[in-house]
Amino acid sequence: MKKVLMGNHAAAIGVKLARTDVVSAYPITPQTQIIEMLNDLDESGEFGGRFIKVESEHSAMAACLGSATAGARSFTATSSQGLAYMHEMLHWVAGARLPIVMCDVNRAMGAPWILWTDQTDSLSQRDTGWMQFYCSSNQEILDSVLMAYRVAEEVLLPAMVVYDGFTLSHTYEPVDVPDQKLVDKFLPKLKNEYALRADKAEAFSALPSPKEYYRLRARMDHDMGRALKVFEEAGKTFEELFGRRYELIEPYRCEDADTILVVSGAPASTARVAVDQLRKEGCRAGLLKMRAFRPFPAQALRDFVRPGMRLAVVDRNYSQGHHGIFCEEMKSALYSLEKPPEVYGFIAGLGGGDITPELLSEIWRDTDEGRADAAAPNWMEDAR
Amino acid sequence: MTVKTSIPEPELLSAGHLACQGCGATLAMRYALKGLGKETVLVTPACCWTILAGPAPRLSVGVPLLHCPFATAAATASGLKAGLVAQGDEKTQVVVWAGDGGTFDIGLQALSGAADRNEDILYVCYDNEAYMNTGIQRSGGTPQKAWTMTTQGQKGSERPKKDIDSILEAHHIPYIATVTPGYPEDMVRKFKKARGIKGFRFIRVLSPCPPGWKHDSSATVDLSKLAVQTGSFALYEIENGDFRLNTKLAKRKPVGEYLSKQGRFRHLSEDDVKEMQATVDAAWEKYEKRG
Repeated sequence: MKKVLMGNHAAAIGVKLARTDVVSAYPITPQTQIIEMLNDLDESGEFGGRFIKVESEHSAMAACLGSATAGARSFTATSSQGLAYMHEMLHWVAGARLPIVMCDVNRAMGAPWILWTDQTDSLSQRDTGWMQFYCSSNQEILDSVLMAYRVAEEVLLPAMVVYDGFTLSHTYEPVDVPDQKLVDKFLPKLKNEYALRADKAEAFSALPSPKEYYRLRARMDHDMGRALKVFEEAGKTFEELFGRRYELIEPYRCEDADTILVVSGAPASTARVAVDQLRKEGCRAGLLKMRAFRPFPAQALRDFVRPGMRLAVVDRNYSQGHHGIFCEEMKSALYSLEKPPEVYGFIAGLGGGDITPELLSEIWRDTDEGRADAAAPNWMEDAR
Repeated sequence: MTVKTSIPEPELLSAGHLACQGCGATLAMRYALKGLGKETVLVTPACCWTILAGPAPRLSVGVPLLHCPFATAAATASGLKAGLVAQGDEKTQVVVWAGDGGTFDIGLQALSGAADRNEDILYVCYDNEAYMNTGIQRSGGTPQKAWTMTTQGQKGSERPKKDIDSILEAHHIPYIATVTPGYPEDMVRKFKKARGIKGFRFIRVLSPCPPGWKHDSSATVDLSKLAVQTGSFALYEIENGDFRLNTKLAKRKPVGEYLSKQGRFRHLSEDDVKEMQATVDAAWEKYEKRG
């Protein structure tokens, strides 16, 4: 059924459709409407799960640790400072191999206080062992919640569904809300054979030896790698059931393109407009949308690129003292190629500044016409 | 000679745990589990019991145990209870087993949140009055004047022990109790009783710690008893706000008898002991007024 939904409500409906057992959450702008809607659904009896209104984000993830250990499908949502506050717990639940799903509604990090979007909050959780999937539309938000559970429960790692604060979270778009029966088919009830059972005296996360710890970490990485294939397969099944296909990376008009914009999140939708406009002007422009950040789709990228190609990576995030984070990941993934493409990094829209089609065209032209610095980040403030 | 007691015989604590000799927290676990019985799940944040439970894949207790980060015990237990209920298991008793650091200090926010929500869990703090697992640093549970590695001056710990029970009482929860392993029948009775109550319950166990309190490992039970007999530690219950003292002492022994057996109070002067006696007397005046 088609509905006009804001991104946060699309997420909440996804959580309900997934028949999530336990939600534990704490309010923070711009995520709050997810939990407000789940609260309303809970109070009206439509939700069917249990909702714990905790006193902090740290406790939100701790409660998910408890519920997921018992084998319950668990969810939380947060943004920015809330995500940073959870950081310790992100490592913990990943190490505990719990398939928790969380929405992170991107919001820049303070100080100073800032409400609007950028990706530094989610990307600075890179090494926690969470999968991260970036969304470009409200439809993709709802669908990604379902995809995230499917992949997470297969590889037993937590997954973050990430989307832009306000740009998507508070913007209304038409969304096809899938039929519950089809969702149940795609996402059967979670059966975690490693779940805690009251009649089985076992310890969870007890101290291992260094050798055992090393092996556990290696196994985690193996399963993170496996998630790439699991995601692709889940994407195929999803398409069969719902008619929409999700892949790790998504090229747009790239067949004959020499210079390609590489974008994630909502600006990837804007970039289509920019590419269409550039094409009208006779430029051989293309777009590569990045959906997965962890696991990083390195092989898919190596298969995609050609020698002589120029990639203009647009980062609405920054690792101080180095570079945009997608750009760095891209460079490291392509380094092993004999003739890697040229990679240029652009920093745009930090703290929620607009990334307009005009700005994206300018980035494309700077790259295509050789004006971009390959060795350092190119700071692109939209003067309009 | 066989002595009949009200303490159940089944042991849920194995002899193969990793505690120091004379560990009060181990006796506490033994009696707590006797009171609680099976269909119990423990949630343990960073504390001595992280180690005492045993390295993977071993476990020294006969019930499941979920380890969790330091600040999170009450929140993790809230989630575990919700998760078990979601799986159709309404019976299992979820029990937090945390030290004083994880309760008085770093875990206080999560504890307050869970108590405020009146989560259906039992929170147990085994209070050995300092960060013992990291090697005896002061916590909010450390008594005034006590020596620790971070209160080494002549005055010892300058601030009075935080009144955690009153903090919990301010959350309007159905049950609060204090116990100590020198009184095992009282302990077992209170754990049994707590198990039968719905909502958030809090039990604090005074747990003598030979390396931390600097006493002989054979003196643990004596000190546990002396703490009560001198009035330094009062056994009480607060049920829905109704306060009841559990031991009627005809005459309290002098506090000095309790203090002098512990190396952590070795530096105390006669005036210090008098001052501590006055503090205990004042506390008892309040207890006796209440119940």
